[in-house]
Amino acid sequence: MTGGGDDVTEPILVYPDPPPPLLAQTLDLAGYRWKAVANASVATQDEPSGGWGGAVVCGDDDPEGAFGICRSLRKRDAPLEPILLLVSGAQLGDLELREDLFDDFCLSPFHPRELEARLRHLHWRAGRSTSASVVEYGELALNVETYQAAIGQRPLDLTYMEYELLKFLTTHPGKVFTREQLLSRVWGYEYYGGARTVDVHVRRLRAKLGEEHAPLIQTVRSVGYRFGLTR
Amino acid sequence: MERQLDYVLRTVEERGVRFVRLWFTDVVGSLKSFAITPAELEVALEEGMTFDGSAIEGYTRVQESDMLALPDPNTFEIVPWRGDDAPAARIFCDIQHLDGEPFDGDPRFVLKRNLERAREKGFTFYAGPEMEFYYFESAENPVPLDRASYFDLTQLDMVSELRKQTIITLEAMGIPVEYSFHELGPSQHEIDLRYTDALTMADNVMTFRLVVKEVAQDLGVYATFMPKPIPDAFGSGMHTHLSLFEGDVNAFHDPGDEHGLSKVGKCFIAGLLRHASEITAVTNQWVNSYKRLGMAQVPGGPAPIVGYEAPVYVCWARNNRSALVRVPIAKKGKESSTRIEFRSPDPACNPYLAFSVMLAAGLKGVEEGYELPPEATNNIFEMTPEERAAEGIGALPSSLADAVDRLERSELVAEALGEHVFEHFIRNKRREWVEYKAQVTPWELDRYLGSL
Repeated sequence: MTGGGDDVTEPILVYPDPPPPLLAQTLDLAGYRWKAVANASVATQDEPSGGWGGAVVCGDDDPEGAFGICRSLRKRDAPLEPILLLVSGAQLGDLELREDLFDDFCLSPFHPRELEARLRHLHWRAGRSTSASVVEYGELALNVETYQAAIGQRPLDLTYMEYELLKFLTTHPGKVFTREQLLSRVWGYEYYGGARTVDVHVRRLRAKLGEEHAPLIQTVRSVGYRFGLTR
Repeated sequence: MERQLDYVLRTVEERGVRFVRLWFTDVVGSLKSFAITPAELEVALEEGMTFDGSAIEGYTRVQESDMLALPDPNTFEIVPWRGDDAPAARIFCDIQHLDGEPFDGDPRFVLKRNLERAREKGFTFYAGPEMEFYYFESAENPVPLDRASYFDLTQLDMVSELRKQTIITLEAMGIPVEYSFHELGPSQHEIDLRYTDALTMADNVMTFRLVVKEVAQDLGVYATFMPKPIPDAFGSGMHTHLSLFEGDVNAFHDPGDEHGLSKVGKCFIAGLLRHASEITAVTNQWVNSYKRLGMAQVPGGPAPIVGYEAPVYVCWARNNRSALVRVPIAKKGKESSTRIEFRSPDPACNPYLAFSVMLAAGLKGVEEGYELPPEATNNIFEMTPEERAAEGIGALPSSLADAVDRLERSELVAEALGEHVFEHFIRNKRREWVEYKAQVTPWELDRYLGSL
């Protein structure tokens, strides 16, 4: 067997439990490992150590439950990608304003080969997007493969945590993060130096960015920080 | 950890770093360094580098001299002042025995141990020192820049260049600063380091002293952190702002209190005051340190020169700069900046040990619920010794010998420093005092030789 499941090492999350027999059969035939979950807490409980290798969520029986599980998968610190949603023709209208909850959808009843092709394409795209090696914002460029940062032509010499914080902020421009969010998402829960660590690192980053570029990291009063220039 | 090591190794490769300097600190706070090549770095990061500890002050006896320096990858920084052609990098090390056990004589480990104690009680300890220092023509010739005649034309250019280069270099190393001149003249300078957790700050102080000295040397002058280099001018202090946080909350702040100070804050100050004279040998560790602190009024003598601002008396106040502990009034809306300022330390201390004993003294006050004495209101310098005694205001040790005597009797300091450092420190300082006592000073010759 080529392509399909062979390239995805972690099992795919499937909803609901048990899934429609045709879906289970299609995934098996395509070589995917998968595991059905009944709700969001089971999805967290049963998550493999390397994370889920994507999700196929079947929404034609219980659309509320399906959108609910998509939302919970997306709302996590590391949003789950890719998510393929199965919907019936009558539910197409429900997709409006829920575009952020899935990466692609497939009409149900589905054609097994279409589902397989869409899944393969989603994984290909997800793999490609995570390997984009340079993150850029204005004059600032971070190479996530070599860990090098530069502003204009000037290399920025950063410590590891400064680099991680800047990378996180640069990949989420315009979004406001609280100190707690930054601590849990950049430092994880094992950080040294207490909650003020974020302020200390932001100050260090601003110092290294230099006066001209320091405003890239903005303080949002009594909330936290935001990256990027406001118009 | 894996990713941090990877980060360091990749950066060394990408930036063409030729040497990585492994930094650590001896018992009196001198920066020690040895360089390794990038090829050795990977092994060093994983296993540590062996070195001979018997050559380091306060480390080991000769028979157990081999030690390991294990780099802390969090502290990896490119060193910006060696030119861009072949960048060098530095990394602070933790010192271990060959079996991987932490070495009790490593000041960085001493501080980590004290911070861990604070953390067990839910506290994170932050410090922000104000570093004062002098520029002189050279180490051999301590002439302030503003008095050196050949600088007359260019002195202002020189000072602004020193200032500019120093700030640029510090900021490039991730040490944000506020710079200020002293009214006294362009020769004494003050640079305030923005607060960080105490371990990072102790590393920063080590880096800071080197940067200031390197930049000065590049520009052909000499920078010194000697506490009192000129008899009739300000000494150089290291007033240190301290605070404890519980998670995101400033544990020193209480909006309901008239001073904005919480119980924890008050007890911490009380601890610093009660143990101040025991810890002074650490915060002020040289013979010369006591020439800065020792501006006490001579009974019946001339009034002391006001404005030298070195604390002598053990008391606290909100806006009295001669007090040992000052509580700056927190600005409205900036309650999280509530902190206290401990004014006795000087910039020639070992920052790891100095932060350790300040924390230990303050924490002791918190643990035991010490009562905070009333705020000193009058200018204590103007009080008579009787008035001071009546208010229960003691004095700091007046000499290194006095300070070491008090330190030696302190259980608090013995516990904070650990047996190894405590022993070596006392021995080192006793030796210094004996050497000093053996001197016949120019003052003595001048005073006595002609008449006796």
